[in-house]
Amino acid sequence: MQYTLLILALPLLSFIFLGLMDSKLKAQVSGLFGTCILGTITILSYFTAFQYFTTQKIDGVYQKLIPMHMEWVRFTEYLHIDLGILLDPISVMMLVVITTVSLMVHVYSLSYMHGEKGFQRYYAFLSLFTFSMLGLVVATNIFQMYIFWELVGVSSFLLIGFYYTKPSAVAASKKAFIVTRFADLFFLIGILVLSFYTKTFDFKELTAEDSNLFAACSGATFMGFSVISWATAMIFIGGAGKSAMFPLQIWLPDAMEGPTPVSALIHAATMVVAGVFLVARLFPVYYFQTPEVLHGVAYIGVFTALFAAVIACVQTDIKRVLAFSTISQIAFMMVALGVSGYEGHEGTGYMASMFHLFTHAMFKALLFLGAGSVIHAVHSNEMGHMGGLRKYMPITNWTFLIACLAIAGIPPFSGFFSKDEILSACFEFSPFVGVTMTFIAGLTAFYMFRLYYGIFWGKEHKHEHTPHESPLLMSVPLLFLTAVTVVAGIIPFMMGTPITSDGADYHIHLNVVVATISVVVASISIIISTILYKKGDGVMADKLATTFKGLHKAASNRFYIDEVYLFITKKIIFNNVSRPIAWFDRHVIDATMDGFANVTQWFSFKSKDFQSGQVQQYAFAFLLGTLIMTAIVMLL
Amino acid sequence: MGELIANFGTGQVPMVAYLGVSLIMFFSGVYGFLTRKSLLMILVAVELMLNAVDINFVVFNRFLFPGQFEGFFFALFTIAIAACETAVAIAIIINIYRNINSVQVGELDEMKE
Repeated sequence: MQYTLLILALPLLSFIFLGLMDSKLKAQVSGLFGTCILGTITILSYFTAFQYFTTQKIDGVYQKLIPMHMEWVRFTEYLHIDLGILLDPISVMMLVVITTVSLMVHVYSLSYMHGEKGFQRYYAFLSLFTFSMLGLVVATNIFQMYIFWELVGVSSFLLIGFYYTKPSAVAASKKAFIVTRFADLFFLIGILVLSFYTKTFDFKELTAEDSNLFAACSGATFMGFSVISWATAMIFIGGAGKSAMFPLQIWLPDAMEGPTPVSALIHAATMVVAGVFLVARLFPVYYFQTPEVLHGVAYIGVFTALFAAVIACVQTDIKRVLAFSTISQIAFMMVALGVSGYEGHEGTGYMASMFHLFTHAMFKALLFLGAGSVIHAVHSNEMGHMGGLRKYMPITNWTFLIACLAIAGIPPFSGFFSKDEILSACFEFSPFVGVTMTFIAGLTAFYMFRLYYGIFWGKEHKHEHTPHESPLLMSVPLLFLTAVTVVAGIIPFMMGTPITSDGADYHIHLNVVVATISVVVASISIIISTILYKKGDGVMADKLATTFKGLHKAASNRFYIDEVYLFITKKIIFNNVSRPIAWFDRHVIDATMDGFANVTQWFSFKSKDFQSGQVQQYAFAFLLGTLIMTAIVMLL
Repeated sequence: MGELIANFGTGQVPMVAYLGVSLIMFFSGVYGFLTRKSLLMILVAVELMLNAVDINFVVFNRFLFPGQFEGFFFALFTIAIAACETAVAIAIIINIYRNINSVQVGELDEMKE
């Protein structure tokens, strides 16, 4: 399956070509070029998935396949960095997810970004992002993954800051880059510690079930925990940075400053699940070597899910609501991984996490693209400027509704099946986690319908010109993703899914009790939301807000986490660390260097006087020197 | 000095007398070279030094190696070279005068910086 290399090579070439040509190409030409390349690799990815799932099964287990492998840099016998392509169920699934969503975003952007300045640059960056994300998921070793991980971060930075004349976009891109880069520092340390003790970067070796790599270092501890625990925890921090887990979630809501299709691609469907993918990729290491870290992942996930869901209930910017919803849903995936076991029924959590990753990517991309379509029509992100749009935008209305039902967990849409699996895995792990997650699922349904009613129902806002349905190029991706959202849950439910912790097929058994509870909870939440927001006068909602004034205010301000960060960075780090360092830099290091320069200059000005240009002075010095030397020779 | 006095009036000039003259000539030249402001006077001072050296050559040949001619020939060479050198030097001085309208050595410091 050597042709999988093309899946990586084509977007890279497309990036280089579009980036170099830039405005020499007509906007539409470069858009079409990028979209065609994406279409090609989408077909290739589907073909890869088809071929992989039909041929690579031995003894009921899907084998890890490495069609391409090369040694890139060799330092010592153990320390070498390789590049390659690893195909296993999760990477093949990710190929399909990334290329599908990316293709939809490419098509959608042809119309959404029409006439924007820098249209060609936008498509070049999209290609770069697609390339890096694909490289990340097929990485054969953790170092290759790290390289692409950083590339993904860079392309995210470039795309968030696409409107670089807007100060808020520039600030948001810097924030996203710095926060994720800060987390990546821990990721790098984790990689180094892990590979130092296991002597390998390779995923296949690290995750082999009969691996005895860890036996050698089982005794090594640091501050009461084994070094491997430290390493996996550090790696998780890297993943938490990209996946916006608490307390590193602050960058994601701001990242909504980027163009809406970019939010759909990067900050909903693909890049933000990189952290989940990372934990899933190293799952055997987490599960067998450091189960305590895995439980930590679960609890961080639970807290993040709750935290983000509460905030999402009170935000008024529609993209912010979706951003917090994304954080909450990714936390669901993290929780599912955290509570999962290995193999067979025990591994429900793992399977559910990957399943939810897939379905979430589709319906969240759909929600974002729908939001983009709304923003395109009313030219505002604020829910207050919308309302009553269902008459004007029927396609957006229906697709958005289906996506909301899917994320709320109403059967038969995809979100129901994946969320149900997550909840049953949680209940098996501990009733507390199960109940909490069910409550959060209810909150999800509540805030999604608050959003839906806020946009499409309720009082009509006065518009400068009548909103209109989006053009065909924007509607087609919406319809396609809706179709996927409708069937993506049912089909794995009927057929079984191959994406499991051990690579064996898994047949989903619906846990009737859990399913009933979650559907009931979701329905109640939707009904509450309908009562509160459908009319859109907001009387009861305001009453609730005044009753829980403190909570409402805190949630509106995102629980002041950003302020805490600002306090820590500006007041503590800048004042107590950066300023002394800056002082030291200016007054000691710079001063030393200036001193060298000044002394040299002083000396040169002084010694310059010897060279007067007066021949007779030279002659006198010459004479004097001769006399002195003669005297020395004669006297000694 | 005693020899000088002893030979006084015998018609033979001792070597030290020649060397004394050449010494005075040479250091007059050095002094002139260091103190004169005019390039022409400096050139004269250089000639004076060269001639002092010529005298030394001739005197040493005459008193220390009689019957040989190297010293005489060297003196002749030096005279010829000095003539050439003077011609060149004067040409240079004339050019300097054309450029800066002066032959004062103190004003020739344009190459300093």
